[in-house]
Amino acid sequence: MTPRNPLRGVRTLLYKEVLRFWKVGFQTVAAPVLTAVMYLLIFGHVLSDKVQVFDNVGYTRFLIPGLVMMSVLQNAFANSSSSLVQSKITGNLVFLLVTPLSHWAWFTAYVGASMVRGLSVGLGVFAVTAWFAPPGLAQPLWIVVFAVLGAGMLGALGLIAGLWADKFDQMAAFQNFIIMPMTFLSGVFYSVHSLPEFWNRISHLNPFFYMIDGFRRGFFGVSDVSPWLSLAVVGGSFLVVSTIALWLLKTGYKLRH
Amino acid sequence: MPAVSFQNVSKTYSGPRGSLRALDAVSFDIQQGEFFGLLGPNGAGKTTLISILAGLARSSSGQVRVMGHDVVADYAAARMALGIVPQELVFDPFFSVRETLRIQSGYFGLHHNDAWIGELLDHLGLADKAGANMRQLSGGMKRRVLVAQALVHRPPVIVLDEPTAGVDVELRQTLWQFIARLNREGHTVLLTTHYLEEAEALCSRIAMLKQGRVVALDRTANLLAGTASTMLRFKTDQPLPAALAAQARVTGRIVQLKAHDAAEVETLLAALRAGGVRIEDLEIGRADLEDVFLEIMQGAPAIETIA
Repeated sequence: MTPRNPLRGVRTLLYKEVLRFWKVGFQTVAAPVLTAVMYLLIFGHVLSDKVQVFDNVGYTRFLIPGLVMMSVLQNAFANSSSSLVQSKITGNLVFLLVTPLSHWAWFTAYVGASMVRGLSVGLGVFAVTAWFAPPGLAQPLWIVVFAVLGAGMLGALGLIAGLWADKFDQMAAFQNFIIMPMTFLSGVFYSVHSLPEFWNRISHLNPFFYMIDGFRRGFFGVSDVSPWLSLAVVGGSFLVVSTIALWLLKTGYKLRH
Repeated sequence: MPAVSFQNVSKTYSGPRGSLRALDAVSFDIQQGEFFGLLGPNGAGKTTLISILAGLARSSSGQVRVMGHDVVADYAAARMALGIVPQELVFDPFFSVRETLRIQSGYFGLHHNDAWIGELLDHLGLADKAGANMRQLSGGMKRRVLVAQALVHRPPVIVLDEPTAGVDVELRQTLWQFIARLNREGHTVLLTTHYLEEAEALCSRIAMLKQGRVVALDRTANLLAGTASTMLRFKTDQPLPAALAAQARVTGRIVQLKAHDAAEVETLLAALRAGGVRIEDLEIGRADLEDVFLEIMQGAPAIETIA
C-alpha cells in the first residue's frame, strides 16, 4: 500500500480546480482580460476629460486599478461557483463526496483555486492596461494585501453561491443581481467623493468599495478612506464569509442529504 | 469485527406532502470477506442505505460502521475503507482516464499510485483508453472507469450499486471476474443488482429490502432451500385455464408454475392437458432466486407513508 499523506488530498483538489480552469484558459483568463481592456479603452477615452477623481491622477490611470480589482473579484467568484454548480448538476461531485477530505480541505482548495484564477486574470489585466498608462506603485504592500483578501473573499462567496444554487440560472441570478451591482457600484469607474451625499454614504456600506479603495491606495498613495479602515472591513468580511462557507461545508448543506 | 454494520438505521425524507420513511430500522452486519447481495424492488431503499454508508446521505437515526469506523463521527477512516461504484454514469469532462484516476488517488492522500492504476486499467480493459478524454468513452467504458475510481485506494470494502445496469455481456463478464478475484483476495463486496441470476451466482449471503425494511436475510443457499419448491417451466402460445393463470408467472411465451412435489406436477400437467394447452420445451427445475424474491416480495408486509 502506498503511504498516505493527508496534505496530498487538499493539494490534489487545489491542483484539479486550477487545471479545470486552465484547460479552458481562453475562456477563463484571456476573455476577461480582453473585456477589461475594452472598458479601459472606451471609458478611458470617453470620460477622461469629464470625470474628476484624485488630484494629480488622470482618469485612465485611475481606472486601471479599479478594472484590475474588478477582474480579480469577478473571476475569483466565477471559479468556485461555476465549478461547484457544474459538478453538482453533472453529478461528478460524488467523486469528492466519497473521499476523506475534510471541510477545511474543500474550503482551502476551492478558495485557493479561485484566488489563483482571480489573481492570474488581475495580473493579465494589469500587464496589458499598464502599457497604456502606467499607474505607479506607491505602496505595493497594500496592492498585494487587498488583491489576496478580495480574491479570497469572492472565492468563498462563490463557494456559498455554488453550494446554494441548484441550477445555472440561480447561479446567474446571484452573479448578475448581487456580484455585478456590488462591483460596479464600488467605485471602479469613479471616486465615491464625486457622488451626491446620499450615494456616497450608501457606497460606504458596500464592502467591495473598501477592497477597491484600499487596492487603489497601493498604486497612488491616496484613497477615499484610510487603508486601515478598508483592511478592517475587508478582513472582517472575509472572516464572516469564510465562516459561513466552512459551516455550510461542515454540515453538508445541499451536499449530503 | 464486521466489515459493514448497520444498526437500527432509519431515514425519513420530509417534503411538502408529508414525510416518507425510506428506511425503517434496518439492522444487519456484513462480515469481512463476504460477497453480500442487497436486493429489492425500485424504491425499496437500497440506494438510500448505500448513500448513508458512503456519507452521501445522513441517516435520521441509527448507526453505520465500516471496518469499525462510524461513518459520521469517524468519516475519514470509514471512507478510506470504502470504495463506491455509483449507479449513475457520471464523469468529469475536463480530464482523461489516467488523469481522473490520478486525481482520485490524490484525494485519498496517495501519490505515486501509478503501478496500481496501471493494473486497474489492464484488468478492466482500459489500457488503450488511458489517454482518452472521458467524454470520448462509450457508456460501458465510462462504467469501467467508475469501477477503477472506486478501487484506486484499494479499499477493503467495495460497494457496487447496480454496476451492470445497461452494460453489455462482455463487460459484465470482465467486471465479475475482476470483482470475484478481489473478493478471493479478501475484499468484502456489497452488491445491489436487478439481475437476480447475478446475485444468485455471486453472493454468499443476501438481504432483501422492501419499502425500507429488511424482509429476508440469509445465506443464498438457505433462501433457495427455504422455498423448497419445484418450478414447472414451458412455452406456449395459448391462454391458460383460469385456475392456472392465477398462479402462473408469465414472461412473454414462457410460463412458470410452482409445484410442491411430483404429485402436484402431475396435477398441473393434467390441468393443462384438460384445458387443451399445447406446451413446448417443458422443464422441471428447482426454484431460483427470482422465484424466492417474488414470493418474499408478495408476502412481506408493507409500510405505509406516514403523514
